[in-house]
Amino acid sequence: MSERPAIRTARSVEGSVAQQRGFAGRFSLARRLTLVGLVVLAAVPVLAYLAGNTFWLDIFTRLTILSIAAVSLNLILGFGGLVSFGHAAFLGLGAYAVGIPVHHSINGGFDAIASTNGLFHIALAVGVSAAYALVTGAISLRTRGVYFIMITMAFGQMVFYAAVSISAYGGDDGLTIYERSSLPFISLDNPLALFAWCYGSLLAALFVVHRIVNSRFGVVIRGAKGNEERIGALGFDAYRYRLLAYVISGVMCGYAGALLGNFTTFISPAMMDWTRSGELLFMVILGGAGAVAGPVVGASVFLLLEEVMSRFTIYWHLPFGILLIGCVLFVRGGISGLLGQPAGRRDD
Amino acid sequence: MTDPVMRVRGLRKRFGGVCATDDVSLDVLVGETHAIIGPNGAGKTTLLSLLSGQLKPDGGSVIFNGRDVTRLPAHARAHVGIARSFQVTSVFADLTVHDNVALAVQAHHGHSFRLWHPVRKERSLREPAFELLRVMGLDDRADWIAGNLSHGERRQLELAMALAGAPKLLLLDEPMAGMGSDETARMIEILGSLDGQAMLLIEHDMDAVFTLADRISVLVSGRIIATGLPDHIRANEEVRRAYLGESV
Repeated sequence: MSERPAIRTARSVEGSVAQQRGFAGRFSLARRLTLVGLVVLAAVPVLAYLAGNTFWLDIFTRLTILSIAAVSLNLILGFGGLVSFGHAAFLGLGAYAVGIPVHHSINGGFDAIASTNGLFHIALAVGVSAAYALVTGAISLRTRGVYFIMITMAFGQMVFYAAVSISAYGGDDGLTIYERSSLPFISLDNPLALFAWCYGSLLAALFVVHRIVNSRFGVVIRGAKGNEERIGALGFDAYRYRLLAYVISGVMCGYAGALLGNFTTFISPAMMDWTRSGELLFMVILGGAGAVAGPVVGASVFLLLEEVMSRFTIYWHLPFGILLIGCVLFVRGGISGLLGQPAGRRDD
Repeated sequence: MTDPVMRVRGLRKRFGGVCATDDVSLDVLVGETHAIIGPNGAGKTTLLSLLSGQLKPDGGSVIFNGRDVTRLPAHARAHVGIARSFQVTSVFADLTVHDNVALAVQAHHGHSFRLWHPVRKERSLREPAFELLRVMGLDDRADWIAGNLSHGERRQLELAMALAGAPKLLLLDEPMAGMGSDETARMIEILGSLDGQAMLLIEHDMDAVFTLADRISVLVSGRIIATGLPDHIRANEEVRRAYLGESV
């Protein structure tokens, strides 16, 4: 309790409500930091690329894609309190939704889905992710706590082993995507265009999550996180709301998977191993679950540290793990909570 | 005579070897404040949870306004008009006071599969919520984070949330628990002002019970041993022995 922000006194009684809070929020430190961060996220790789350094564009493209995945996970983890340990499965599904149609369009067979059309890939990624989320969510959400973690992980591993066993699509060895999704107006073969597409998608994802968590729907899933019994007693069937949140989250992550396939032009089951799901959880917790942009901070720190530390030692996981434990133990609200206290507030 | 708001018959609930609710039958009449008293561990909260739907009974029936709600889950019971408060204060501590009540209003105001419009700008939720806060005397706390309220204020907030759906029956689990005497007096005043509201009240504070209750039922070891008017209960030998702790 002592860590809560200082008591907020009523500014004025009449209509003190939405308008004034919204007004104050628009100019809050957290929001300014978020904007600055997003500008840096775009400026650094683009400037480096224009200066002739392609390395950073590569890193940052990966970063924006994984940020979308982490932002999607945060919708159910940070705001819904649902610790999904199988989210990487959506990344894989989305990537295979690009890889398999491209594979068939080049090698023939399975004409129904053979295509290099990017809009079709995205539609397929979204559709498959939604169906998978609906089925696994409908079952998983009947459990709580540790059981939910275990069952989402089990579903994730099922997809992992399915991908391993389907030799037509490379099985364990993975599948090379010989052609990127073709989209109207832009070519994803251009690294700058690919980054722009991913970055725009991240902004859209942040905006969508921001709208959702502040909507009627959002306050119900946030309420169910803290106090499910109370939400039920008020008259909300938490299960239905959580299921929709789970599906939305899965769809966003599947979309990120389609981007990832286009970025790496190679997919393998390793992409959806449970350790990958764990990394997504790390990003969310590290950055601050409960702040919309928190996972972007988490993903940035995660990837940059990985990049830097792995240059010094192949045992970089050890100090990295210690950092994570420290973050969980000592920093409430993750790094974004540390930067500006209000960022840890749940409605930013 | 009009039908009771709630009619409970032969309600039973076991936890392992413990019979927490043992063949309980009681009526809550229209507009009545019905208090349930009994020693610790008598099964009062269990009974309340069976009536509000958090728990499922092993047997017996709960009829609400002529409708069998025995098997209805809690969220569906809220919609037929049964609201409850919790013994351990159960507000959303991270939300503001106003947000808390607005969320309670929202539960009875259309569906909540609206994912885009900012909920804080919905006047149809904010205004009724503010009105409830005004009634409860919490309007000057509207912008506070609920977790920062005093204990008594949180209990008032909880009551405001329970009242948000204009329930036909209010189930209150020890609304005065842990309160100072000023806060208790304030809560008694608030509850007393809810004219015509059918209430089932669990309470340990005997002053509150005898001030508010129209009728009292005494629960001991999961069984109701007496039901009657306050004076009748006060005079009942068995009740005095079992509960009021007087040796006769």
